[in-house]
Amino acid sequence: MYRIRRFEQTSLKAYNAGKMGGFLHLYTGQESVAVATISLLGENDHVVTAYRDHGHAIAVGMTMNECMAELFGKATGCSKGKGGSMHLFAPDKRYWGGHGIVAGQTPLGLGIAYALKYKGIPGCCLTYLGDGAVNQGVYHESLNLASLLSLPVIYIIENNGYSMGTSLARSSAFKQLLAQRAEGYNICWDQCNGENIYEVRAKTQAAIVRAREESRPTVLEIATYRYYGHSVADANARKYRTPEEIDHYKTYHDPLLLWQKRLIDEGILTEEQATAIDYEARAEADAASRFADESPFPEEADIFKDIYSELDHPAEGENAPRGTFFFN
Amino acid sequence: MALISYRKALNDALAEEILRDENVVVMGEEVAEYNGAYKVTEGLWGRFGSKRIVDLPISEGGFVGMAVGASMLGVRPVVELMFWSFAYVAFDQIINNAGCVRYMSGGQINCPIVIRGPANGGTNVGATHSHTPENLFAAMPGLKVVAPATAYDAKGLLKTAIRDNDPVMFMENTLLYGEKWEVPEDEYLIPMGVADVKRVGSDITLVAHGRAVITCLEAAQILEAENGIHAEVVDLRSIRPLDEETILASVRKTHRAVLVEENKPFCGVDAQLAAMIQEKAFDELDAPIGRISALDAPAIYSPPLEKIQLPTARRVVQKVLATC
Ligand SMILES: Cc1ncc(C[n+]2csc(CCOP(=O)(O)OP(=O)(O)O)c2C)c(N)n1
Ligand SMILES: [Mg+2]
Repeated sequence: MYRIRRFEQTSLKAYNAGKMGGFLHLYTGQESVAVATISLLGENDHVVTAYRDHGHAIAVGMTMNECMAELFGKATGCSKGKGGSMHLFAPDKRYWGGHGIVAGQTPLGLGIAYALKYKGIPGCCLTYLGDGAVNQGVYHESLNLASLLSLPVIYIIENNGYSMGTSLARSSAFKQLLAQRAEGYNICWDQCNGENIYEVRAKTQAAIVRAREESRPTVLEIATYRYYGHSVADANARKYRTPEEIDHYKTYHDPLLLWQKRLIDEGILTEEQATAIDYEARAEADAASRFADESPFPEEADIFKDIYSELDHPAEGENAPRGTFFFN
Repeated sequence: MALISYRKALNDALAEEILRDENVVVMGEEVAEYNGAYKVTEGLWGRFGSKRIVDLPISEGGFVGMAVGASMLGVRPVVELMFWSFAYVAFDQIINNAGCVRYMSGGQINCPIVIRGPANGGTNVGATHSHTPENLFAAMPGLKVVAPATAYDAKGLLKTAIRDNDPVMFMENTLLYGEKWEVPEDEYLIPMGVADVKRVGSDITLVAHGRAVITCLEAAQILEAENGIHAEVVDLRSIRPLDEETILASVRKTHRAVLVEENKPFCGVDAQLAAMIQEKAFDELDAPIGRISALDAPAIYSPPLEKIQLPTARRVVQKVLATC
């Protein structure tokens, strides 16, 4: 969690210094969700999420260097500077992105689960979405398909109370429990608070077992909170919710501090160890920022790479690429 | 005439039409309480209230379809898409419902809906958020597509679009929202299907729409200063209906044309224009028609590279020099 937090603080500094463009959707305040759930995954389990994707990327084991360089638009980024903040990918770590279109990832997670079942692999796909994304039609279609085809997909609704400037009360007709909609599709569902990492892990584990052993989907709703605006450029960040509300969460519900305190109370962690973890995370983030800064931008010719497989890996003779691919 | 921003021009157009016709309703994500993701609807909710300015959740397929349905009963929804890139979630509603209902009902049903929002690259938001789908929608008979380049055109065209009885896809540009132009205080309308000669010239015709018009004007200035070439800049303003006559008249005068768009080249708007020009003014042409568009790849994120990917004045100048 420290690594995610320090990574994002450093990225925010770099954003404000003009080192990157576009959007930067910070995950700060929500770290426990990605960390608690992804910490349970095994070698056959997969992850796909939306555009607020830095936390998941680091939790699956991506390096800060490749993530930071991607934010800077550098050739050394995980997507060679082509995707940007919203589109981080690491298929080698079974991390299928970072997706910019709200709920667009929900059928992708379904498809990954389909492939697992098809290939007879006992795994699951954690598919993250926000409280705003639950109102997209494609999510509901995905739920029906997940249940109908009995697929090992786990939808994790990260309910941070807002979709941009719209509070949950103004976006969903049934406000009490977003996960409960799963009942209409005959899918098991549950709900918990992201502050309680033990509880999140226990409930995620139940879903993982259900996926692996019964090939059944689950919808798990996890309450959480984002500290910053929707993206860094969200000028209204402190208008649609009060500064007091934000401060209240930061002071009393910070998942990182609460978890640290709990581990110390339980004698699992010492203050010194916690400080050392934080220190290392800061140093790693600073180094990543320098790495990204010093890395080269892609070349102009790179614009035309990574579009068609056969052009990037041209075969000879009969199988050589044919036809015109680009039309400039 | 007042100097107002493209954003304010759109805002004024919406306010004027809301006041003029009780059936006009503005709806979309964050349009009311948040004042619009790009502040185009700023202040409207405060002024007109929740009946006329309606916040909706992230359900583009649902609410675009809802607007189409409401329009069949005479409501005039102006639906904001935060980005035109999100229209793909609502593609079926736009193409099959909005685009076909008049025809399939034998002309019995109107569909007076406007869908508007930014449709542009150049802001480093990556491939999923940088689409320029004017060619896709313009390919559908039944739909209209406009892409204003200035505040003046944006205001006049939006008012016309709202009064139109068919679905109008209104494509704006986030990079233009803050740009200011002279706009008359008195009411005016700009008809769709009428192009505008933004700069008169005699040596070559540059045809563009949306922000590419601004790029062409810049290129025309360079050509004049550095090469003594007088370029005429034709701004389509509306892509469907298309003002063929203004384009052809300019080509008959200059005998050369370079077509510029921020869209991708293949099956782009300018592919249609090039076919039309060669068919209808072949004997007038002294050189092949040139085209400049976005480099033919998904939008790259990397900021310095995205600058290269979109048409630049320099690239237009080079193409003109190769054509003249
Ligand atoms: C189809 C689509 N519509 C709208 C948007 C713009 N948009 C991006 S994120 C967002 C809010 C999503 O909220 P939520 O699902 O709660 O996720 P959170 O941002 O809270 O993580 C909106 C409206 C988009 N990217 N895609
Ligand atoms: Mg949310």
